Order: sequence, then structure tokens, then C-alpha cells
Amino acid sequence: MEFCGGHSGHTHAILRYGIRQLVPKTVEMRSGPGCPVCVTATADLDKAIALAHLPDVIITTFGDMIRVPGSYSSLQKAKAEGADVRIVYSTIDAVEIAQVNPEKSVIFIGIGFETTAPTIAASILKAQQDKTENFYILSLNKLTPPVMKALLDSGEIKLNGIVCPGHVSVIIGSHPYEFIPRDYGVACVISGFEPLDILLCIDKLVEQIEQIEKGDPRVEIAYPRGVKPEGNRKALQLMEDVFEIGEANWRGVGVVPQSGLEIRGKYERFDADKAFSVSLKPPREPEGCRCGDIIRGAAMPIECKLFRKVCTPESPVGPCMVSSEGACAAYYQYETVEEL
Amino acid sequence: MDDRILLAHGSGGKLSHELVVKKLLPFLANPALNKLDDSAIFEASGRLAFTTDGYVVNPIFFPGGDIGKLAVCGTVNDLSMNGAKPLYLSLSAIIEEGFLINELEQIMQSIKKAAEEAGVSIIAGDTKVVNRGQADKLFITTSGVGVIPTGVDISGANARAGDKVLLSGTIGDHGIAVMSQREGLRFSMTLESDCAPLNKLVSKMLEVSSRIHCLRDPTRGGLATTLNELAQQSKVGMVVNEARIPVKEDVKAACELLGLDPLYVANEGKLVAIADPVDADKILTQMKKNCYGIDAAIIGEVTDEHCGKVVMKTKLGPSRIVDMISGELLPRIC
Repeated sequence: MEFCGGHSGHTHAILRYGIRQLVPKTVEMRSGPGCPVCVTATADLDKAIALAHLPDVIITTFGDMIRVPGSYSSLQKAKAEGADVRIVYSTIDAVEIAQVNPEKSVIFIGIGFETTAPTIAASILKAQQDKTENFYILSLNKLTPPVMKALLDSGEIKLNGIVCPGHVSVIIGSHPYEFIPRDYGVACVISGFEPLDILLCIDKLVEQIEQIEKGDPRVEIAYPRGVKPEGNRKALQLMEDVFEIGEANWRGVGVVPQSGLEIRGKYERFDADKAFSVSLKPPREPEGCRCGDIIRGAAMPIECKLFRKVCTPESPVGPCMVSSEGACAAYYQYETVEEL
Repeated sequence: MDDRILLAHGSGGKLSHELVVKKLLPFLANPALNKLDDSAIFEASGRLAFTTDGYVVNPIFFPGGDIGKLAVCGTVNDLSMNGAKPLYLSLSAIIEEGFLINELEQIMQSIKKAAEEAGVSIIAGDTKVVNRGQADKLFITTSGVGVIPTGVDISGANARAGDKVLLSGTIGDHGIAVMSQREGLRFSMTLESDCAPLNKLVSKMLEVSSRIHCLRDPTRGGLATTLNELAQQSKVGMVVNEARIPVKEDVKAACELLGLDPLYVANEGKLVAIADPVDADKILTQMKKNCYGIDAAIIGEVTDEHCGKVVMKTKLGPSRIVDMISGELLPRIC
């Protein structure tokens, strides 16, 4: 299973370069819960949309989020209805929007994994330093190793090896994955995103899997130009300072303990969850959509009845088709000749 | 004259007249326009091509060009893509109140330069000023008329199985150059937009071959979208070879960083030509002689298989379908 989704992620590169056709049929690649937009739970999306409708609030978010349907609406629809929703490219831009709009409350929808968490932490520190009183984070950030554990614990799919995410591992290093080969006997290789990186990674995984009876599964780094075993200490310290670990709600997986990042008490004035309260109707999922199964790797996009028929990038039903980083969008975009 | 555009500049009164006569006309002067009649009168004969396009780029100044150059080159290129020789353009500007007059002059200067290079005259024009916030700085619309030389029959519907697919140079330069200047994304690079008038390149190509079947400039949506449009319009399939598509190292690096695919990034000075295989090498040699075709390459061919679809042989060997762009290009999150 490759953890990291589309847009220069592993699933994307595997499909873009035709790697599925290059490897033997005995190697089956499954896409995992690695698209930051897709794994955001519907209930959390509903909360973001409700916040957008509050008076004098500006919602700032990464691009793909605005298109994802919640239970009853989307940020895009909220925007069309008059809510102030702005796409930013970095969290620091959101702080700057707060600084030039002191009469408004600016909320950043903090999604992503260990890659975006340090920049979100840095934005809180910047807001603190600049005494920006009207900046808030809705912290939906998630951690990768705990959700891998949850998937392995469920036993739903029999994984032989994991292509560990390259960018996430630049931050966290290789140590946090060590429980996987040790406790579950599953091979782990951290891969870069170039086609040859991925081929090398698959080769190393197959080599480990073949020798698994000898009892030596381990975490290997096949992306040494980016990843050090200890990770990026500075980024980790930044995260540690601002966040504490709590549970998180993952689409398709449910609530996973120790897999989310909550804003620490000393920075709680930046916590949108504490500063605003919204009432929410119970969440509901789009009918027939198998995004949850696809996120867990339990189904392939082509196994969903809606895929390519009802659900397309132009009229997406679920988040995996909405986000360019989603598995369905990648499988849709990179159709093979055999699938014609 | 004040240094910013005021609503009064669009009122039709004295300030409007002053803006036109002092700030716009000097850059565009030609007999048809100088009369300032309600319409321009010109002579033309034969088959004419006519096109129009709106330009709303952000930011309006970018490495290698600005909205003015883009507005001239875009319309010149649209005419050229049907084999027409561009003759006359009209230019209509919607200006946001408060726009700096010296920026308007800079843009007019680049309009003048681009029109001179392309050999076209701007013979009709209009300006409107809207309240602050009702437009983003400056919107330009240009329309153009060109004459199609006898015997030239170029259309997106003319590709045939066996034809070769030619590309005039590197892809993605314009989109990445513009994106590098956007709010919040600023990264420094030496890359410039490829924005250029392609009419002279096209007329050189037509000199050596009468068997050019399709021409198209891969602007918004990039090369992938253009190839798909041509395959669908001509009801043929296409096979392109990824390794033969030229991409600058800077563009590759920026695309990797942003999570974009150069196949979908905009170009403003490139063309795709589909031509009879007999003439393909001759056309390629001629393209390479022009300053806007130095990196030209034959990137693939037309086939009667997988009708309406574009198949790309990837660098690693396997093939996959290359679809049209869907939605907006957004940088990745992680």
C-alpha cells in the first residue's frame, strides 16, 4: 500500500508513469489514507461550513477543500451564498489576511499531515509574536503512523508492505514506523516521488517480503536525499511546542486514538474550536459513494459503481474525486490503454 | 493629468478625450484609428478569419510580458492557427478606478511593440472605467481580422491517421512564470513567459508545406487539453511520446514543487501542428529556423485507433491516456 495520494504523491506517480503495468501482476498496489482533503471527516467539513456562515468571519483554506461536499453544502456553495471564503497557498498568508482585516475573525482550516503541521504551528507563533488577536486555526491535522496502525489492527486488508510517504518522512524520519515490521511483520520502505524512486522502493519491498519467513522485515529509506532517520528536529520541535496529540476523526476509518493534533492550552486563544460554537445537524454521507472503503484501501476506485459514470472530476460525488490528491481523481486522470 | 485613472476618465467627457488622445493614441497611431470615427474602414478581399478573446491575467505584469502583450499575441495567434495572415485588431479596455496611469502607459508601450512585431494595426478601440472593486485592475478584449491565403485549409477537424504531431518548443513556461509571481507563491526564478506572436512562424511553415492540416496554440489547459481537442474534433486518436516533449528544467522543478503537470500548464507562444508525414521533417527544419521554433520537435502521430483519445508513451515505457484538464490547477497541499 502506498500511503501518499495524488499530485506528485505515490499513487499519482505510479499511475502517471504507468508503473502498475511495469511491475509483475503479482504485485498489487493499493492506495491508502494519504490525501489530506479526502481523510477529513464529513462532520469536520460541516463544522468548517458552519463557521463560514458566522457573521464577520473569513475562512481561509487550501484550494481543494472548498469543493468538497459536506453533508448539506460545501465551502464553495457557502462562498456563493455570501460567506467570505478565501483560498491561500500558505498558512502565513492567512495570518496576513487577519492582520489587514482586524475587524474580522480569520479562521484557517488546518488540514494535512506532518507536512503541513509545522507550517500551521509556525503561523500560530507568528500570530502570537505579531499580537494578531483575530487569527484562529480549526485544527484537523492528522498523523500518519497511528492510522497505519489502525488499518493493520482492523485486519480488513492483508498488506505485505507499505510504501511510506516521502514528504511526511522528511519531517518525522523513519523511527515512527518501526513498530510496523516489529509488531505486524509488514515491510516498510520510505520512497521519493520520482518514477525511479518508486521502482526502487517496490523492488526493496518485494525483496523484504520474499525474505519475510527469515524474519527480517524492517524500515528502509529508499529516499536518502530527503529523509534522515531522525527526521527534521526543528519542524518536530515546532509541532511539539504548539500541538498535543489527541484523537482524530478520519473519513472511512473513524475515530483513531493518538492520530490528531490539538492546539495546546498555552495557545488556546488561537483555537477555533474553543473560540466559536456552531450547532451541527448529524452528518450524512453521499449515497453510493465508496470513498471510505477506498481511503482504507479496501476497494479500488474502479470498484465503485459511481466511478467515471456518475462521479467525475466535473461533478464529483465524494472527496476522493474532488481533490486532485485523491485516489479516484488519480485513477480517473490516468486511465490506461487497457481500460479503454 | 492625475497619476491615477478616475471614474471621470470613462465619462465620455473631456477627461475621456484627453486619456484617449494623450495616453492611448500616441502608441497606436495609424490612419484608420487617427480619424476617431465610430468605426474603422479598411479594404480586404478573399477569405477572412475573425476572432475575439478576453484577457484577465493576474498579475498583469509578469516575467516576459504583461496583459497588453498577451492581448495582442493571443488574438494574432488565434488568427494564425487557421492559417490566416493577421491584419487588423480592435482593443477594448475595462479599467478599474484608481489604476496607475504610468502602468497603463507601460502596457500601451508593450501593445505597440507586440503589434509592430506581428505587423498588425489596431484600428478600433474603446475604454471604460468601472468603480474600484468591480474589475481587477485592467481587463482587455481584442478582436482581430486576418486574410487566409489561397489554398490554405487549416482546421482542428483536419487531422488524419498517419499525420505527424509537431510542437514548436518547451511547454509550461507561461503558466509557471505567471504563477511564480502570484500572491503567496512568489519564488524567484529566471524563467520568462513564452508570450509571442506566432504569425511569422506560421507563414514560414506554410511556405514549405501545403499539407499542414491543423494548427493550434496550447494556451489554457496546456498541451494535453489541446491534443484532446484536436483528437475529438478530427475524430482520430493520437499517440505522443513523453520523452520527446521539451520541458525546461526550471519548469520541471517548479511543477514538482507545486504538484503540477507541465502537460496542463498554459503556454502563450507555442503551437501544435499536425501535418502529412511526407512534409513533417521539412516543416520541422523550417520551424527550427524561426526564433519561436528553435526547440521544435515531432512528438507523436495521429492514428485511427482509440478515437478521440490521446495516448502517451511514458518515459518508463508503458502507455496511458492523457485526458483534458479538469477544474483549476491548484498547488498541492502536502
